[in-house]
Amino acid sequence: MINFSKVSKVYGGAQGVRALDQVDFSVAEGEFVALLGPSGCGKSTLLNLVAGFEKLTEGEMLFDGQAVSRPGPDRGVVFQEASLLPWLTVWENVVFGPKVQGLMRNEYEPRAHEILKIVGLEAFHKALPVQLSGGMRQRVGIARALVMQPKALLMDEPFGALDAQTRLSMQQLLLEVWQRLKTTVLFVTHDIDEAILLADRVCVMTARPGRITKEIPIDLRRPRSIDDLTNSEFTHFKAQIMTEMRGAHDPH
Amino acid sequence: MSKAESKTVSLVPAQLWGRLRKTVLALVLPVTLVWLWQLAGTDGAIAGGALPTPDRVWAAWMKWAFGTSTFGLNPYIGTWTQSLWFSAGRVVYGFAIAIAVGVPIGMIIGWSKLASAMIDPTIQWLRPVPITAWLPISIAIFGIRDFGAVFLITIGAFYPIVINTTQGTRDVDKNWIRAALMMGAGQRDVLTRVVLPAALPSIFTGLRIGLGIAWTAVIVSEMVAVKSGLGYVLWDAYYVGRMDIVIADMVSIGLMGFLSDLLIVSIEIWALRWRRLQSFDA
Ligand SMILES: Nc1ncnc2c1ncn2[C@@H]1O[C@H](COP(=O)(O)OP(=O)(O)O)[C@@H](O)[C@H]1O
Ligand SMILES: [Mg+2]
Repeated sequence: MINFSKVSKVYGGAQGVRALDQVDFSVAEGEFVALLGPSGCGKSTLLNLVAGFEKLTEGEMLFDGQAVSRPGPDRGVVFQEASLLPWLTVWENVVFGPKVQGLMRNEYEPRAHEILKIVGLEAFHKALPVQLSGGMRQRVGIARALVMQPKALLMDEPFGALDAQTRLSMQQLLLEVWQRLKTTVLFVTHDIDEAILLADRVCVMTARPGRITKEIPIDLRRPRSIDDLTNSEFTHFKAQIMTEMRGAHDPH
Repeated sequence: MSKAESKTVSLVPAQLWGRLRKTVLALVLPVTLVWLWQLAGTDGAIAGGALPTPDRVWAAWMKWAFGTSTFGLNPYIGTWTQSLWFSAGRVVYGFAIAIAVGVPIGMIIGWSKLASAMIDPTIQWLRPVPITAWLPISIAIFGIRDFGAVFLITIGAFYPIVINTTQGTRDVDKNWIRAALMMGAGQRDVLTRVVLPAALPSIFTGLRIGLGIAWTAVIVSEMVAVKSGLGYVLWDAYYVGRMDIVIADMVSIGLMGFLSDLLIVSIEIWALRWRRLQSFDA
């Protein structure tokens, strides 16, 4: 589904920041992959290449077998701060995509209603984003991406700005949604627990140069829930990843 | 949502008192000034008695506004409304053209680096030329006719509108544009559905400044280049020594400027109601 081969990204000309260096990376169809790493290691850069927001400097990157030239509705992006259009209501934000794509109302409206129900916001469809809590706003952000029925969902630290309790309920929600839709997901996070809980595979990234140093399959059984955060298998994965990340930070 | 609801409480006495106090404080200075003017004028102390007192200005104004015209012998009886509409009509006309031209150009400059490099410098070079300096050219091209005034108003209002629109367009949150592109929006949809609403607060700032300049422009051009409207009356009344009309005219212009600004602000408040909610949240 997503294929990186020897991809580099340099910002700002020849002497610029080398955010990604010779990255090989792939995500299979229907797979949930978490990209884990400290702030500034190039996670957003990698995701933005897939989204079509940035152009790569070297190498080749394919999405669904094709080179990416621009953003498009086959790749639904969920932003860290939701980035809803503040002058539109929840409903208008969710149907923005189908509307500008020129789809028929009777085609997208039932789907939009259903997705708002899934994320638990059907009662708030007339509210403006500013009237919602951070967690609710992010539910709208997820809904407006899902309503386009994208081939992949690209999520850039979508729960990073939320308080711990809200984050847990959003993780639970995402697990349930994914269990239902089985969309391909590329999920960027700096939270180890979050990565293990959600993903089929965790890719650990390091900075300078931005690289993926380790890929760890997480074969916790599905369906999962936030209760899995405390079981022994989970702790085992966590220990493994922590060792990996510590090793990456002070190489001997 | 509960936050918004809890704000709609009825005015408690303390708030009422606060408003009353504010109104009284605001009135102290103008009332004092008018009172001093009346005193000084009665004694003939101001400018050797050249300035009519407020009561005489008021009387002349009322006649100008509501008197019945007598075979057009006296131009200052019952012609106020007509002059007012002449000027206001020109302002509306010129201001509308300035918006229709200034907002799209401002958006293009703010959106495209190429357009910015090609258009922005010319605007910056032309901008220091004051609208009054455009008068001779305006008369040469349009003659002593209506459109000369409209032309001047358009030029005057254009600059603040285009500059503020450009700024507003440049300041649009990058992620809003990315989100729209990600949802399949083309350039046109991004401009009309994202950039325009996002830039609206800046655009309104430009509109308010532009409207003030529009009133300046209409008065100046009517004084020189057109034979009707409040600006024409202002100069004409001065020539025939009717200072009471001159002052009544000045107050009328001020009033019109104030009311038209109020209109723009009301539209702004309505168009940006999503933003007022935001301030509750903070
Ligand atoms: N638009 C940009 N221009 C220049 N440098 C950038 C830009 N975006 C990111 N960078 C740099 O690239 C590196 C990786 O950034 P980023 O992908 O945002 O990391 P992360 O998402 O993991 O925090 C950082 O050093 C950052 O400063
Ligand atoms: Mg980031």
